[in-house]
Amino acid sequence: MIKLGNVKKSFGDNHVLQGLNLEIPKGSSMVIIGGSGTGKSVALKCILGLITPDSGTITVDGQDARKGDRDAFLAKFGMLFQGGALFDSLPVWQNVAFRLLRGSLKRPADEAREIAIEKLRRVGLKPDVADRLPAELSGGMQKRVGLARAIAAEPEIIFFDEPTTGLDPIMSGVINDLIREIVVEMGATAMTITHDMSSVRAIADNVAMLHNGVIQWTGPVADMDASGDPHLDQFIHGRAEGPIEAVR
Amino acid sequence: MNPISMLGQLGRAVLTVMAAFGRVAIFALDALSHMLRPPFYPREFGVALLNIGWLSLPVVGLTAIFTGGALALQIYAGGARFNAEAVVPQIVAIGMVRELGPVLVGLMIAARVTSSIAAEIATMKVTEQIDALVTLSTHPMKYLVAPRVLAALLTVPALVAVGDIIGIAGGYTVAVQNLGFNSAAYLRNTVDFLEMRDIVSSLVKGAAFGTIAAIMGCYYGMNSGRGAQGVGRATKGSVEAAAVLILAANFVLTGVFFSL
Repeated sequence: MIKLGNVKKSFGDNHVLQGLNLEIPKGSSMVIIGGSGTGKSVALKCILGLITPDSGTITVDGQDARKGDRDAFLAKFGMLFQGGALFDSLPVWQNVAFRLLRGSLKRPADEAREIAIEKLRRVGLKPDVADRLPAELSGGMQKRVGLARAIAAEPEIIFFDEPTTGLDPIMSGVINDLIREIVVEMGATAMTITHDMSSVRAIADNVAMLHNGVIQWTGPVADMDASGDPHLDQFIHGRAEGPIEAVR
Repeated sequence: MNPISMLGQLGRAVLTVMAAFGRVAIFALDALSHMLRPPFYPREFGVALLNIGWLSLPVVGLTAIFTGGALALQIYAGGARFNAEAVVPQIVAIGMVRELGPVLVGLMIAARVTSSIAAEIATMKVTEQIDALVTLSTHPMKYLVAPRVLAALLTVPALVAVGDIIGIAGGYTVAVQNLGFNSAAYLRNTVDFLEMRDIVSSLVKGAAFGTIAAIMGCYYGMNSGRGAQGVGRATKGSVEAAAVLILAANFVLTGVFFSL
């Protein structure tokens, strides 16, 4: 279980997280929604330790995220970045097998390559992609490679940062379905941040809406449409009128 | 503007500069400490050796040969004013080895390598590749910074040695072909005049300048701002800082070697 308790983070005068409380049960898929600049990515980066919160507690399986063996902690995670964040100097298979080629999970290069090709196949890419450079791939293919990298070391927890941003609706649907399938198949705990309501409905077990640095609403995805929360209602229906101020 | 507020502004400027020096010094010490502690990344080190050392050879060679040739012409013309044309081999040798070789190679490395390191790392930062490294349990200081700094520390002295030799060869070619010097006498004068301390000082300067160039590239890259503008600023700032620090270090090291 991932648990955030009263997490606060400011950048100068910009108070992004103002006491974030959130629980993500083990093996469940939580999707965090909210407008741009509401702190969704900051929350995710705080859990990973990429950003240090000003105050509050973050625990993963009861363990303080900021204490203990950092490598062992990070080994639990896989992450799909918004832009893919593939290493452009490395061929696709080395991107996917990055973790398997170095550090505590290191294994022989042949074996790591085989695993990478298997993971590429799992996300719908053919083995001939393995030796290409990321710059030679389309946006959708790069997302798939990022997804393959995220699952390569069979992590317990997978984070997805805006997994469908920049993709056409059909490719978005494909990526959403892949994420759902993989999360269920691996039994992993998943946390996704997105604006895309089709992703929310395809991926989520539970949904949390972040607004003004706190969780505005959280609950099962099935309850989302009948939540009665005007903020959530405005967001999921994409209305300009409502309690959330829209800058025109 | 009253004197108190001017003093306040001066104080703030001094504090800003000192803080920047402090941050660079801490970054440099961190980088050096990561060079000594495992895990090590031999592939990244090999790539850095190739990029910083081998691929810099053409620009270093061309810079050195033209500088050596021009130096020979200048010394000949200047020496003629007091009947000292014969000192061309000695002054070319000492000028290239003690001063021009290391400084020119250092500045060329700042232009070619520092800018490339800063732009590459800054782009990685902007595109979240550095965050990705962290989530893949890989320390960016070990994976990106330590191999580049170590490679520069080892290869730039070698580049300086090559630059010294090519610069002397440039002077030799001009002196023998255009100025009527005897080939064997020119070479004998060059070899006889150079001392071991000249060569050591040249190589030590090369190591120092290489380290400065790589550290500034990495520092600016790792601390770049967002977007294309952030990458541009990081690249420009890294080259400016590396060039100024190399010239300042040259002055300090020259003073140190003269005092020994």
